[in-house]
Amino acid sequence: MSTQANRRNWGARLVVLLPYLWLVIFFLVPFVIVLKISLSQTALALPPYVPVFDLAAGWAGLMEFTTQLSVDSFRLLSSDAIYLFSYFKSLQIAAISTILLLAIGYPIAYGMARAPRAWQPLLVMAVVLPFWTSFLIRIYAWINILQRDGLLNDVLMRLHVIDTPAAWLSSDTAIYIGVVYSYLPFMVLPLYAALERMDESLLEAAADLGCPRWKTFWLVTLPLSLPGVAAGALLCFIPIVGEFVIPDLLGGSETMMIGQTLWTEFFSNRDWPVASAIAVSLLVLLLLPILFYERFQQRALEGGQ
Amino acid sequence: MRRGASSFNIISVVLGLAFLYLPITILVIYSFNASRLVTIWGGWSLAWYRELLHDDAVLQAAWISLRVAVLSASAATILGTFAAVALTRMGRFRGRLLFSGMVYAPLVIPEVITGLSLLLLFVALNMDRGFWTIVIAHTTLTMCFVAVIVQSRLISFDRSLEEAAMDLGCPPVKTFLTITLRLIAPAIAAGWMLAFSLSLDDLVIASFTTGPGATTLPIRIYSEVRMGVKPEINAVCTVMIAIVAVGTVAASLIAKSGTTKREHAALGAQV
Repeated sequence: MSTQANRRNWGARLVVLLPYLWLVIFFLVPFVIVLKISLSQTALALPPYVPVFDLAAGWAGLMEFTTQLSVDSFRLLSSDAIYLFSYFKSLQIAAISTILLLAIGYPIAYGMARAPRAWQPLLVMAVVLPFWTSFLIRIYAWINILQRDGLLNDVLMRLHVIDTPAAWLSSDTAIYIGVVYSYLPFMVLPLYAALERMDESLLEAAADLGCPRWKTFWLVTLPLSLPGVAAGALLCFIPIVGEFVIPDLLGGSETMMIGQTLWTEFFSNRDWPVASAIAVSLLVLLLLPILFYERFQQRALEGGQ
Repeated sequence: MRRGASSFNIISVVLGLAFLYLPITILVIYSFNASRLVTIWGGWSLAWYRELLHDDAVLQAAWISLRVAVLSASAATILGTFAAVALTRMGRFRGRLLFSGMVYAPLVIPEVITGLSLLLLFVALNMDRGFWTIVIAHTTLTMCFVAVIVQSRLISFDRSLEEAAMDLGCPPVKTFLTITLRLIAPAIAAGWMLAFSLSLDDLVIASFTTGPGATTLPIRIYSEVRMGVKPEINAVCTVMIAIVAVGTVAASLIAKSGTTKREHAALGAQV
């Protein structure tokens, strides 16, 4: 019996330890490294920053290492208008997109929740299916439509809405279209999940008592769906702030979102400390929403036992 | 929810689905266009697919992507299933809060941050960047998605079967292997599929962690797309869409027996 218990113990430990260690090594430690490099300075070396932490130098080495750390990268971020503008732009696009997604996603989720029950799994499937196809492909599909000699201009000109081709691509409008298109399922599914499990009798009671439909919606349906609204909004807002592919392919070159700025600093300017400092400040910016999201996730998965 | 959809409900669902499917449909149709221009329809043609067959760079990139996806999805499925079991069946262990935080955070953290931090780790460890570093990076990201899907399944099914087996003297490990594992198998399969398609799809993290000689298909497509629309790319995309569509339908047929609505929501909400 005791060997069995031992074996179980050993197996249980392995089940916890293996993913735990993996995440510590490949998720947690990398963040510590990013933090460290964000406090380093650019250098023409390999790797392109100083100081390089050397374990072999021991305690003295560690002391010397700490004295060489600097906040120059962060000072640059907070003083240069390019970076501040880039942060502002990202927050603006994420906020407006989230509102647009709510406005477009809510009626869709509501309609799905009111569809005949037999249809509902099929509708969920239909909403999920497009994002099993590549993200890149879905953005690329919009280039086909939005480019100067693309389909949208073609259709609009044939309908005589416009006379000369309009520049849809390389604009904020294109970014909003791309973001709403890519993130719509993220918004619809949590909303649908919240609306679908709503108690029917509440609505019937409101109707029996003579409450008009719009008022029932405002007083009953909407408040009860707020957890879904919050989950969907967080699930969209957080990744959109750091979005790279959509603004890079659809947006203009004059304004950059923070994800693009990080990319450029890293790949074009080879300024690793500044790229790391952008990553750290972006994470700090998103920390609160991420913590909120984690609590939702935990409650959704562990609370509903 | 009261049954009976109003016309407003029907219209919003129809318009929503049209918005989701129209761009992809247009892309697929134009991959068969004989003309090089998007606005001119030159008749049906397979010319771009023929060209694709001779494009060694794209074919090689596709082969690399496929291998990365299979390896990382398999590793992620094992690690993610372990993580889900740890979170649902192990009670309280030391560091559980940190653990659940590390499982959920990668789901929303912007990819540029994950990519950059992993690259800096590989540089610090002096690892040669290329195929294997992409596999490690994708495993790290996708294991969290697998964990969430498997976890929602572990929570939702009836535990009395497990308890009955243990009451009858079945050792815990055997109970897990013969009963629990069988019950969560559909979720594990769905997790593998999701991990596979996420890996196949990823551009940002792969761009950071790749090295010479390991150009994945998204990296290849991205560099072509930046030059503008090309019919060959439409053809590549259509082939990928076809593969994904067949895979998804097959997977949903397999999993139909076991999935719950909650899982759909969890799965959908995480993609």
